[in-house]
Amino acid sequence: MAALTTVRLTTPPVSWVVRPRLLAVSVALCCAGFLLFCLGMTVGDYPLSLGQVLAALVSEGSYYDQVVVYDWRMPRALVGLLVGIAFGMAGALFQTITRNPLASPDVIGISAGATTAVVAGIVLGFGAGIGTQTLGLAGGVGAALTIYLLAWRRGTTGYRIVLVGVGVAWMCTSATGYLLARAKLHEAQAVVGWMVGNLNDATWGRVVPLLVSMAVLVPIAVVLGGWLRTLSLGDDVAVGLGTPVQQARLVLLLSGVGLVAFGTAAAGPVAFVALSAPQIAKRLAGWPVPPLVTSGFAGAVIVLGGDLVARSILPGTQLPVGVVTGALGAPFLLWLLTRANRAGSGG
Amino acid sequence: MRGTRVRLLAVSLAVLLVLCVLSLAIGTRFVPPNDVLPALFGHGAGDIEALIWGVRLPRTLLALLVGAALGLAGAVMQALTRNPLGDPGLLGISAGAAFGIVVAVAALGVTSLYGYLGAAFVGAAIASAVVYVLGSAGRGGATPVKLALAGVAITALLTSLTSGLTLVYPEALNRYRFWAAGSLAGQDSGVVVRALPFLLVGIVLALAMAGALNSLSLGDDVAVALGRRVRLVRVQGVVAITLLTGVAVAVVGPIVFLGLVVPHVARAVTGPDQRWLMPFAMVLAPVLLLAADIVGRVIARPGETEVGIVVAFVGAPFFIALVRRRRLAEL
Amino acid sequence: MTGLRADGLRLAYDDRVVVPDLSLTVPEGRISVIVGANACGKSTLLRALARLLTPKAGSVHLDGRSIHGMPTRDVARRLGILPQAPVAPEGLTVIDLVTRGRSPHQSWWRQWSSADETAVTGALRATGLTDLADRPVDELSGGQRQRAWIAMAVAQETPVLLLDEPTTFLDLAHQIDVLDLVVDLNRHQGRTVVMVLHDLNQACRYADHVIAMKAGRIVTHGTPADVVTPDLVSEVFDVTCQIATDPVSGTPLVIPTSRHHVHNGQESPVRTDA
Repeated sequence: MAALTTVRLTTPPVSWVVRPRLLAVSVALCCAGFLLFCLGMTVGDYPLSLGQVLAALVSEGSYYDQVVVYDWRMPRALVGLLVGIAFGMAGALFQTITRNPLASPDVIGISAGATTAVVAGIVLGFGAGIGTQTLGLAGGVGAALTIYLLAWRRGTTGYRIVLVGVGVAWMCTSATGYLLARAKLHEAQAVVGWMVGNLNDATWGRVVPLLVSMAVLVPIAVVLGGWLRTLSLGDDVAVGLGTPVQQARLVLLLSGVGLVAFGTAAAGPVAFVALSAPQIAKRLAGWPVPPLVTSGFAGAVIVLGGDLVARSILPGTQLPVGVVTGALGAPFLLWLLTRANRAGSGG
Repeated sequence: MRGTRVRLLAVSLAVLLVLCVLSLAIGTRFVPPNDVLPALFGHGAGDIEALIWGVRLPRTLLALLVGAALGLAGAVMQALTRNPLGDPGLLGISAGAAFGIVVAVAALGVTSLYGYLGAAFVGAAIASAVVYVLGSAGRGGATPVKLALAGVAITALLTSLTSGLTLVYPEALNRYRFWAAGSLAGQDSGVVVRALPFLLVGIVLALAMAGALNSLSLGDDVAVALGRRVRLVRVQGVVAITLLTGVAVAVVGPIVFLGLVVPHVARAVTGPDQRWLMPFAMVLAPVLLLAADIVGRVIARPGETEVGIVVAFVGAPFFIALVRRRRLAEL
Repeated sequence: MTGLRADGLRLAYDDRVVVPDLSLTVPEGRISVIVGANACGKSTLLRALARLLTPKAGSVHLDGRSIHGMPTRDVARRLGILPQAPVAPEGLTVIDLVTRGRSPHQSWWRQWSSADETAVTGALRATGLTDLADRPVDELSGGQRQRAWIAMAVAQETPVLLLDEPTTFLDLAHQIDVLDLVVDLNRHQGRTVVMVLHDLNQACRYADHVIAMKAGRIVTHGTPADVVTPDLVSEVFDVTCQIATDPVSGTPLVIPTSRHHVHNGQESPVRTDA
């Protein structure tokens, strides 16, 4: 019989299963994420070495280095890290709940809702008073609520959520297109810059709300993520195994929506992260469904790596990170796809 | 059932005909429907004749062609990928067309209308070819999920590159954003003539594979058992989708939503038989597109609202209502 | 008050009423088999007993409490259900699937107790899947896949087990295996089993209690020997038959007559109502 590597204590009665490959992939991605987090802070008008950054992080090194690291560069790196984790985990939640690898927040309308709200704010001119962050948040949550309510008919099904989400996404995308075609050219450029996802304007003021929301949402998602194990077997089996399917789906979707909305508010809908990170994590870890925490780490690696590349290929220009995450994540996902010896996957 | 279908098809065609007349009549300058037919056959007043022949007729024909193409392409796409989210944009066609336009403007300095259209079509064709090749690499060939994921990945890649280019070249952004809103306006009869051969080939290819798609819907193994050459069917499907969607998207912008919604509606009416579903999709899609175009001309007078936006705002609620009302067949 | 009981159930999908008014007490510690023609509501009844379907009227009681009022996890520790044709995510291994049957007994900090391990090992052994534990479910044959799902339900270790056509997709040998396994679970572990079965002879052989349904109503119920008669088969399945004695198990053996096979002098009526 296949032995599971387990950790088990008798007092207190605690036990866990250890999955070696999953654990190894998670640790590797986590380390890679931290390395990129630090590397990102070496880049800028005042170049630092990796050693200087690390020293400053533990409050050593020169005063000036510490100012550069903490006041100038850390917000950007932190937003990248947090947004990556948020998008990766949210993508894993959506894809598992709906049992459809295409059902990332980009596809089912949440990012599109946030985008429309922000674009409307910029183009119609009421954005200045409210702020991009609040608009993005309101748009994302509003779209998600609309989708859930419209998909509710004596309970929801993952399938109905996806289809309704696609409808809502299209309405939002065309509204965005309409606004964009009527905007002045410089407004349109500002909008496009935000729409692909952008870490250029990260400040501590953006980090704090994101950090606080994630401190609440990530533990909820991780603790309740156990339900994903049964939800991925289909509604009937999940009920049979004692999962409160409707409540579980609602809470998990809500935490996913929260992660996407706060992430989008902070950095824009960084292209492709929520879709690719779970698929990449799943294939690296050889896991049948996207592993939640590992997907988060994968997301962080993609965003931070993307930002590093975005600033290195065209020094001087502030290329938005979303341009690179799409351009980098896509080939990698394709490579994993073609390498996989089994045909595709529905997880 | 058969009688009902024939009757429904006849009703849809009648609605389409009425919409065509309305489309010729309504615009910044209203032509009474009584004057439309004489003008069409060369017995009308000179200015009305010029208006109808020069502007409204090409526009109406374009809507018919583009609508039929998108509806048909959507039906093929959903059957091929067995995914209810399978819209023709999934093969990377819209993103390819967008990228083609942006590259043409930014790098090649293209300024002519036909230049844009050509670039968009070439971009769309290359993108879908790449998606197909990547989606069929590895063991197992082009399975639905692999095709869909490859399409999404290429779309993401091209969208990123398009955004990057538009940020650096404002002129490209300018052209791109007007295309992206999706409009039937401003096209002349030359466009119709140039688009027609591609679309006809695509339509024939698509209709010819209805039986094969019926078999394929039972799964690859059953399709092989029924004597279908699955790989050939897939290639044929991709070629048909590329021709139909590539041309449509190049001309009117990314209104692929039509290709997603209409097959679902058609399926709700006819059931899953492709031999009925396809003709229905070909009629219903132009109905929706023409209706949206007419509405767009009316609501924002004296200007007009792009048809892509109206399609989304008419089609999406309809689609959502449909999703709510009945259990759409999981493909 | 223990056991599973249904009172005045009215079951419907949207507006289509499948079961108008049905009451039933499942005999405890026995194997009950629901039989009936296609679309007679037997799977619907099973889904209602398992709380997968909320009745329009009436109630299902498990151990004296309304099943819809209980926390679903509590129900899952007492009642297991294997729906028809479940689908596993691609790449999920057999042991992962069977392990998920333990989830009503697990918590976040106790994900793999020794009781879990015993249950999963036992379920794998009982279904003969020990050697296939690391294989992905989607790469198994139809019969192996079905056994993997049954193993999941077995590992759940519930006193009551509901199975919706557990022998579909199985060859004859595996059908016998699975049904013998069900008997083992019943005899040795005292589990109450309710199954939907297609094959009337298998129902006769394996059931302690047969529940015959037609058009959403229970026509009759009782031990196979008492219940299964030519009249009942004719009423429920619209088939004329003779009843012999199963030479192996001594239970009734239903032998349908056929228009083309007329033997020992008895003329079969030609069906004209088809």
